[in-house]
Amino acid sequence: MSLTLEDVRRIAHLARIAVDENEAADYLRQLSGIFSLIEEMQSVDTTGIEPMSHAQDVWLRLREDEVTEPDRHESFQSVAPQVEAGLYLVPKVME
Amino acid sequence: MQWEVVVGLEVHAQLSTRSKMFSAASTAYGAAPNTQACAVDIALPGVLPVANRGAVERAIKFGLAVGGAINRRSVFARKNYFYPDLPKGYQISQYEIPVVSRGSVVIQVGEREKTIRLTRAHLEEDAGKSLHEDFHGMTGIDLNRAGTPLLEIVSEPEMRGSAEAVAYAKALHSLVRYLDICDGNMQEGSFRCDANVSVRPLGSDQLGTRCEIKNLNSFRFLERAIEFEAARQIAVLEDGGVIRQETRLYDSDKDETRSMRSKEEAHDYRYFPDPDLLPLQISDAWVAEVYATLPELPQAKRERFVAEFGLSAYDAGVLTASREMADYFEAVVKALGGEPKLCANWVMGDLSGILNKEGLAIGESRIGSARLAGLLRRIVDGTISGKIAKEVFEAMWGGVGEADAIIDAKGLRQISDASEIENILDQIIAANPSQVAEYRAGKDKLFGFFVGQAMKATKGKANPAQVNEILKRKLAG
Repeated sequence: MSLTLEDVRRIAHLARIAVDENEAADYLRQLSGIFSLIEEMQSVDTTGIEPMSHAQDVWLRLREDEVTEPDRHESFQSVAPQVEAGLYLVPKVME
Repeated sequence: MQWEVVVGLEVHAQLSTRSKMFSAASTAYGAAPNTQACAVDIALPGVLPVANRGAVERAIKFGLAVGGAINRRSVFARKNYFYPDLPKGYQISQYEIPVVSRGSVVIQVGEREKTIRLTRAHLEEDAGKSLHEDFHGMTGIDLNRAGTPLLEIVSEPEMRGSAEAVAYAKALHSLVRYLDICDGNMQEGSFRCDANVSVRPLGSDQLGTRCEIKNLNSFRFLERAIEFEAARQIAVLEDGGVIRQETRLYDSDKDETRSMRSKEEAHDYRYFPDPDLLPLQISDAWVAEVYATLPELPQAKRERFVAEFGLSAYDAGVLTASREMADYFEAVVKALGGEPKLCANWVMGDLSGILNKEGLAIGESRIGSARLAGLLRRIVDGTISGKIAKEVFEAMWGGVGEADAIIDAKGLRQISDASEIENILDQIIAANPSQVAEYRAGKDKLFGFFVGQAMKATKGKANPAQVNEILKRKLAG
């Protein structure tokens, strides 16, 4: 799988990371190295082996459906850039 | 050319848990902004999600009710996109392995039944709300809803046209309320639909290019949006154009759908398994435990109402549309000790009429099932006629008292004494000699005139069956 500069720009845009042309070329080289490592691993025949999700044989723990979180919005909002009427304010987004 | 409209629906049902999908903050509706958004919901650094057993249990319940497969192992995935009401930058959802696979729902369109297959149902978390009113040119964010558990129910594209789509949405709405896993409140957004709509020449087995319509929070809007969108696509195709796959928004004020251009690139969600969450395991024992709690489901109840009470399929469908209505009806029949058709007519007629008029749910009825049965008992035993019963019903609704007390106080008891009715009829016949002559000369329609006179003379209290019988005999001369 070969990655192009265009792919790098697109990935950066989707991740909302500003990347200039020099950096893009650097990332292309680094990411291509990672991809070839993945390709190498994928050449191993894993037919019939269920993918692992954890090094140990463990499952998701569930909690009971109970409300235990107090209202801490004042403390949370004390570090927000802008707040009004209990709402967090952000630059306008509109469809 | 004749076209066929093909619809698939994605329904988001908010699960009725007390706490959120991955945090212990409250899900109660209508709280002051951000007072129910905890550190996990607002995505402070270092927090970790812990899944809610109650949400998983509700998903299992749904899966069993639709006859789907409950996957003993399912996986939570991250769906990545940026929007201010989604503070983490991703929504936790399920992608490759959902909690429920397949299943089906039977819908009724008129007197016809049709089975709609489901693709899957998966657990995910809701986003917050953006408020676009004027905050000095900024957008306000309320994260109370962020993290509320949702069950996304995805159907196969098996509905043909808006009527089937609405019937399916209503069947699901009824089902989740029967199961008590979602309150179904559409105004509050607890039950929302996205519709995938495409058209194709009638008889074709190829699917056309589809458009997804978002933001449908009423059955009426669902119907209107599908109809508008199908007509739009047909017009484009008949003009020789092509349909572009896209997301569209339904605007109920203008009754049209329009493209959401800004979402074009957002479709690359880069799903991957959430490393913060291990696979969800559901044991056979847990499934069996949930199975034991399943109530009688709408379809089974409908069939039973037809078999047990001799109701029509239509009446049974109306009465079982909600569990509360079905329970009310059964309670009336039980209290009355029979007469299911009479009970059905009153529950679907006068009672539903006044509830609709006053915007009340059946649980808020001012006349409970026992009191209605008390009224119907007096129709059955001949104390009052059906017509007088309506008057008594209105008085009961107005809070005047019980049926028997109203009947006595207002002197509404039906006149069933044959000699009294004979007397009244004799007087009417004597007072209207020309009508009697015309009737005897063959003008049958005048029979109604005499009945009317008898009812007028008795203020509607004469037993109609007896009036008919005695009148016939007397007029025959």
